[in-house]
Amino acid sequence: MNKINKLKIIKNQALADGIHLLSLKVSEPLEAKPGQFFILRMNERYDPLLGRPLSIFDLEGEKISFLFRVKGKGTKILSTLTVGEEIQITGPFGKWYPFPHGEFAVIAGGIGIASVFYLIKKFPKKAYLFYGARNLSEILFYEELKDLCKELFIITECGRGEYKGIVTETFREKGLKLNLPIYACGPMVMIKELRKILEENHTHLPCFVAVEERMACGLGACLGCVIETTEGFKRVCTEGPVFKMNELKL
Amino acid sequence: MKPNTEVKIGKLTLKNPVITASGTFGYGLEYSQFFDLSLLGAIVIKGLSINPKEGNPPPRIYETPCGMINSIGLQNIGYALFVKEKLPFLKRFDTKIIINFFGENLHEYIELADKLNDTEGVHALEMNVSCPNKNSHWRKMGLIPELLKEAVREVRKVTDKTLIIKLSPQVTDITEMAKICEDEGADAISLINTVPAMVIDIKTRRSVIGNPIGGLSGPAIRPIALRMVWETSKVVKIPIIGIGGITTAEDALQFLIAGAKAVAIGTANFINPISSVEVIKGIENFLISEGIQDINDLIGTVTD
Repeated sequence: MNKINKLKIIKNQALADGIHLLSLKVSEPLEAKPGQFFILRMNERYDPLLGRPLSIFDLEGEKISFLFRVKGKGTKILSTLTVGEEIQITGPFGKWYPFPHGEFAVIAGGIGIASVFYLIKKFPKKAYLFYGARNLSEILFYEELKDLCKELFIITECGRGEYKGIVTETFREKGLKLNLPIYACGPMVMIKELRKILEENHTHLPCFVAVEERMACGLGACLGCVIETTEGFKRVCTEGPVFKMNELKL
Repeated sequence: MKPNTEVKIGKLTLKNPVITASGTFGYGLEYSQFFDLSLLGAIVIKGLSINPKEGNPPPRIYETPCGMINSIGLQNIGYALFVKEKLPFLKRFDTKIIINFFGENLHEYIELADKLNDTEGVHALEMNVSCPNKNSHWRKMGLIPELLKEAVREVRKVTDKTLIIKLSPQVTDITEMAKICEDEGADAISLINTVPAMVIDIKTRRSVIGNPIGGLSGPAIRPIALRMVWETSKVVKIPIIGIGGITTAEDALQFLIAGAKAVAIGTANFINPISSVEVIKGIENFLISEGIQDINDLIGTVTD
């Protein structure tokens, strides 16, 4: 299958306030790994000009899905596309999460679940997932995750989950001692907090983090999406979006 | 019968007038996963300097209505690494390789042009007159006629390869700058580089990009670029490469009719990686449907 595809929308649904699930029909088998992303072009017009990079949320059989939060003009348009319309997607691009050998820990903050769901699904009953959100209505796919995970910890700021507070605190209490490789995706404050916890506890567990940055081409040419790492600027689209925690300059 | 699409830029004969613009096509490799690079008239490589350059701190890009602002800061791997790691791959394709280059001062421009002149596999040089060094008076070589004159003259002395000067739109009279290039022996000019621009985040009251000024590109600047190509084509005889928001064959045809001998596809490569191929096909289809045997019969045919 070539890298540019026009796919038909089979589902575009609001799951929570401002969070949408977009599913497309895949006509030929599509090879893509957890952590990789596609560029979705909303329409043929030039405003917004660029497509939007979205992580693969799920890929199974003839369906690929993207979970996204409506943040600006582009995602707003994506959220209003209707079933039956066609959309151009380019990819997959980027480095994926290194496959775990055995059990692993996952930390997801809010919409960060979009990047790790497919990883958890690929390795059923192996993940200890620490999933945090502001409130319970933003915890998505609870039933599916309950089945897929070895153990699931739901943390909400309002306290109406199993745990009250922020996801990294629960991970500090319950997750560190598991002594498993860590996979994380969430807001920058969460990543920074996780880094602090790992440093304070002198753990040398492998930790893989998916990050985001505004992108133009998505394929490594424009150099627009670089972030600072210990080895200088690296492209989120090509050397990332999955980085080792200790190579990020936060 | 297939119409002739060959055009001449200095000593180069391009199989068609469609080029990829510097900074939007990486080192070619990035796009070779999408199409055969041999289809292109030429490839212009991302701005090269003698030494590697790290570029500007992020965030580097921001989308604007029908366009985008970038301040990449001329990040590149430097001459030596380019020749060792990127050029051998590019040589495999049946297209022309044009190196966009710059320096921290005039001395570096001359030194690099000299090296490129002796580098096999490099067909032409495109001189970026936007010198990035804030401490050098050469920073303004693209803006001040006297500086441009000296810079082009000195670089011309060290290369007999096709020398193209890429001009900034940020001048009072683009035709004056173009004329200087022609008089100093340049083989062609590229019009236009990005337009300096800015966007402010009203909450943080800071520019949305790190620099804080960037270059505006994309369809938003296309009519400005077209106007400049048209004005300039009436003043100089050397070929003009039209650049600025060209996204479709129709856009490209406007530039050719306005007097550009070739066009470069820039930001459109980001919107759709195969834009340049679609433009090539579209131009050919237009020639056929209009019954034009030779593309050169179309170039510069705009009437006032």
